[in-house]
Order: sequence, then structure tokens, then C-alpha cells
Amino acid sequence: MKFSLGKWLLPLYSALALIFLLVPIAYTFVFSFNNSPKGKSNVQWAGFTFDKWLNVCDAQGVCEAFVTSIVVGVIATLIATALGTLMALALARYRFRARSAISLLLFLPMATPEVVLGAGLAAQFLTAGVPKGMVTIIIAHALFCLSFVVVTVKARVASLDPALEEAGRDLYGSPAQVFWKITFPLLLPGIIAAALLSFALSFDDFIITRFNNGGVTTFPIYVYTAAARGVPAEANVIASAVFLFALILVVVSQLSSAARRKRLAKLS
Amino acid sequence: MAFAAFGSSAAPVEQAPRRRSWVAVILLLPGLAYLALFFLTPFISLILTSLQTPVEFGDVGQFQQAFKIENYAQVVGEYWPHFLRAFGYALAATFFALVISYPLAYFIGVKARRWPLLQALMLTLVIAPFFISFLLRTLAWKSLMADETPLVQGLKALSIIPSDGHLTGTAFSVIFGLTYNFIPFMTLPLYTTLERLDTRYLEAGSDLYAAPATTFWKVTVPLSMPGIVSGTLLTFIPASGDYINASASFLGSAQTQMVGNVIETNFLGLLNYPAAAALSVILMAVILLIVGIYVRRSGTEDLL
Repeated sequence: MKFSLGKWLLPLYSALALIFLLVPIAYTFVFSFNNSPKGKSNVQWAGFTFDKWLNVCDAQGVCEAFVTSIVVGVIATLIATALGTLMALALARYRFRARSAISLLLFLPMATPEVVLGAGLAAQFLTAGVPKGMVTIIIAHALFCLSFVVVTVKARVASLDPALEEAGRDLYGSPAQVFWKITFPLLLPGIIAAALLSFALSFDDFIITRFNNGGVTTFPIYVYTAAARGVPAEANVIASAVFLFALILVVVSQLSSAARRKRLAKLS
Repeated sequence: MAFAAFGSSAAPVEQAPRRRSWVAVILLLPGLAYLALFFLTPFISLILTSLQTPVEFGDVGQFQQAFKIENYAQVVGEYWPHFLRAFGYALAATFFALVISYPLAYFIGVKARRWPLLQALMLTLVIAPFFISFLLRTLAWKSLMADETPLVQGLKALSIIPSDGHLTGTAFSVIFGLTYNFIPFMTLPLYTTLERLDTRYLEAGSDLYAAPATTFWKVTVPLSMPGIVSGTLLTFIPASGDYINASASFLGSAQTQMVGNVIETNFLGLLNYPAAAALSVILMAVILLIVGIYVRRSGTEDLL
């Protein structure tokens, strides 16, 4: 610890570890510019081109799969966020006997391997005679997103200052007014974070989808099917675009929350 | 945005109990109904399916309800190596992910405290892999480890791997892929506990003439135990059920198949639903057993 190498070892190591995490992302991004022959696999570097970015829907089925994933993600997120927010409010605000049993019930889906969740739902749909398709994918996605929504929103409810709601009641606000004018706006950042997390989980899910998709192709299913013969560069374009979009979203939200903290610090 | 999901150990602010508990029931009902219908009953379906027997003279994939407990003995007899591989690979990946993540999480959570912007940047980079397709990331490693790459050629020149050997399709590449894919799940919970670590305890350790290594093992590690436990669980559980890394079109081969692969093949390929269901039930039971023992032994029951 005394000599300077020890001081630099940890930062250097951390930088290397982060670079390690980023290698496959950089690879995917670089190969989205690969001028690979149409319909062929995207493994050999064949020169730089913007073609795949400009004509991303040229690869058969890739845009349809992307749109399917968006639709599934949005609907599953709406269901999971609505159900999960209500549950989080109940669990964080009320004490009742079944509370720990319900918390365990919510923890279990997160502790179940995806392959078991997927096979379980598929067995259920098989027994009940429900044909697999869009609806079964959405049901499955909302299920595994639900627990993550509850955990995220519950943390936000728990950090709320009860004095704010008390002030609302003291000023003769009705319970509905107190909820919509005070509680809900304060919870909103947590609810939005939960919805984004849930969309991200749904968008990237493969294993559970694979067991319940019927003939419907989501983006990960497309990549998996294509992997046997080579994934076209257009898939890299979509993945890279989604990555950049998500990254911008995170950076903007972090900068704005940093700015808000600075403003608050100035006030107090 | 995923931080909150992993920081479940945050101490909740205790609030006075409210009386109108019927409101709580109304709030909980839709979600509980959903979980009952699509989480609990599927487990019952899974158990029932695992006991089914083929319809006599029926087609492939036609089964009738029975109490054929032999299904379990049969899948264990046939697929025990897949179970061993699944838990072995998952254990190895969990170990490597912990060793790789701990110093990184320590740097972000403790050393980088003075620079919040650096902290935020590093955390964003840790979760950055979540923003890009899991399958494409794994395929990227497959290409980087392909036989004609300079890396593999170099290893062959140094005789680290035999001249007819491969890097992909081996236990090494599968464990490598699992480790890589689950590092963020390990780093984030470690970060959330280390971020709250009171560094005065470390100073006290050195004031009492403890060597840095002693302070680390006797103070830092015990204080970060909740993060270690949730990180290892968040890695081990999904890794033991994963079958992407081990599948032949990704980083594995026929010799690296894990239990997830045979559940998939039996369910979706061979339409042998009872076998797939029996395998799933066993996998789930073993995981619950391991998690239960592990959580009890590490003394962090309140984590659940």
C-alpha cells in the first residue's frame, strides 16, 4: 500500500475489467458496418459500409422481429408495472399477517431458473389447451417482470417521507387528492425506472420466450434461429441502435438527477 | 436503472401500521391472482406432467395422466452428467465472477466515492452489456475465440492448446461465457453493499496494527457479506439453468450440454414432456435446497 504501484493497481485493474465487459459490445458495433455479402453470415470482415444501417430491413424478417419485440415489451411492461406498483404500495404501506408469505411468493420467480419458468408455463398452456403465440409470450414476460417491478417501486415507497402526505391530509386533502397530488408524483421516478427495467428484461428475454412463442419471432428468437447459419449484419445494426438509445437515456437521466441534486443542495 | 432491483437490502423506513387493511387486499389481489394463475399453477402442471405416461399406440407427444414416478429415476439415470455439468459450470462461473467483480465493485463503491461523476460513469459501463442483446454478445465471443483468430493461433504456437484443439465448444469457453454474462449481476449487489461500507472500520483495523490483508479478510469481507450472498445467488441460479452458452451454435458443443439444454431438447424437440418436466422439477428442487442451505449458513436470512 505504501509504494505507488499499489495505489495504481486497483484503478488500472478496474479499467481493464470494464474494457473486458465492453469487448463484445464493441465487436457487435464494429461488425454492424461490415460489408458482408447479402444473406451471408457476418463473421469475416469484408470492408466498411454504412449500407446495413441505411437498409436495415433488407435482411428478411429482422425488422418484423424487432417490431414484435417492441410490441411484446410495451404490453408486458404495462401489465407488470400496473400490477407491480399496486402490490408495492400494499407491501410497503400496510402490515398484515400474510406479508412475509407474499414477499416470498414475489421472490420465488426471481430465484427460479428461466428454463423452469418457461417449461412450467409451456406445460400449463399445453394442459389447458391454450395455443402458443403472441398472448402466451406477453403473459410469460409480464410474469417475470412483475417481481422486479415490485422490488424497484417498493424501495421508492419506503424512501418517501410520510410527513409530506401528512401535510396534505392536514390541509384537508381527500385521500384521492393526497394520492394523486403528492404520493403518485413522488413515486413516478421509481415507477418509470421499474417500467424501463421491465422493458429491458422483456426485450432481451430468450429462454422463456423460446418455450412459449409458438411461431412468433421476437428479436432474440430471430438471432437464435439465425445463429445456426450466421447472423446477418442487420441484426448487429438493430442491437447497436438499441444500445446507443439506452445509453443516451441513462446518461441523460443521470445528468438531470445530478443537476437536480445540485439545485437542491443550493436551496438548503 | 437496474440498481434498485439489486439493492433489496436497503433498510426500509418503518411506518406506522395503517388500519384499513382491506385497501391492501384490493391492491394485492390483481397481482396475486396473476402469480397464482401463471406462477403457482404452472408448477403444479409441471409436477403433474412429470408423472405422465405415453398414450398407448398414440403419436409422439401424446401423454396421459398417471403416477409414473419412474420418470424421475429414468431422467436421473440418463442425464446425471448434465446435472453435474450444470452445477459445476455454474459454480466455476460464480467463483470467477466474484473474483473478477470484487475489486471492481470495491473501487467503484469505496475508492471512487470522492468523484460521483466517475462512479456514475463506471456503473453505467457495468450495466452497459444489459443494453445489447445477450445472444449477440455471446456470439461475439464465439467469433473472437474462433479457430482462425490470432488469439487461438498464438495459443497453438505456444502449445497451450494442441494444434488440432479448439477454444470454442469446450468447458473453458462455456464457463468463460457464463462468467462474462453474469459479471454485472455480481458487481451490482457487491457495489450496493460496499458503497455503504464505513471506511472508519478499515482505519480502525490498521490502527490496531492489522496487516492490510488481515483487515480485508476480517473487516471488509464480513461487512460486505450481504452483497456477496446476493451476488453469488444472482449468478449461480441463472447460470445453472442457462443453456445458451452451452449450446452448440454458441460457445458449447455436444460435450458441454447442461441440464437446460436437455430440458429444451426434450420439451421442444423430442416432445417428451414428462422427461422435460421431471428434469425441471429436479433442477428447481436442487436449487431451492442449495439456496436454503447457503442462505442459512451465511446468516443472511433477512435478505429474503
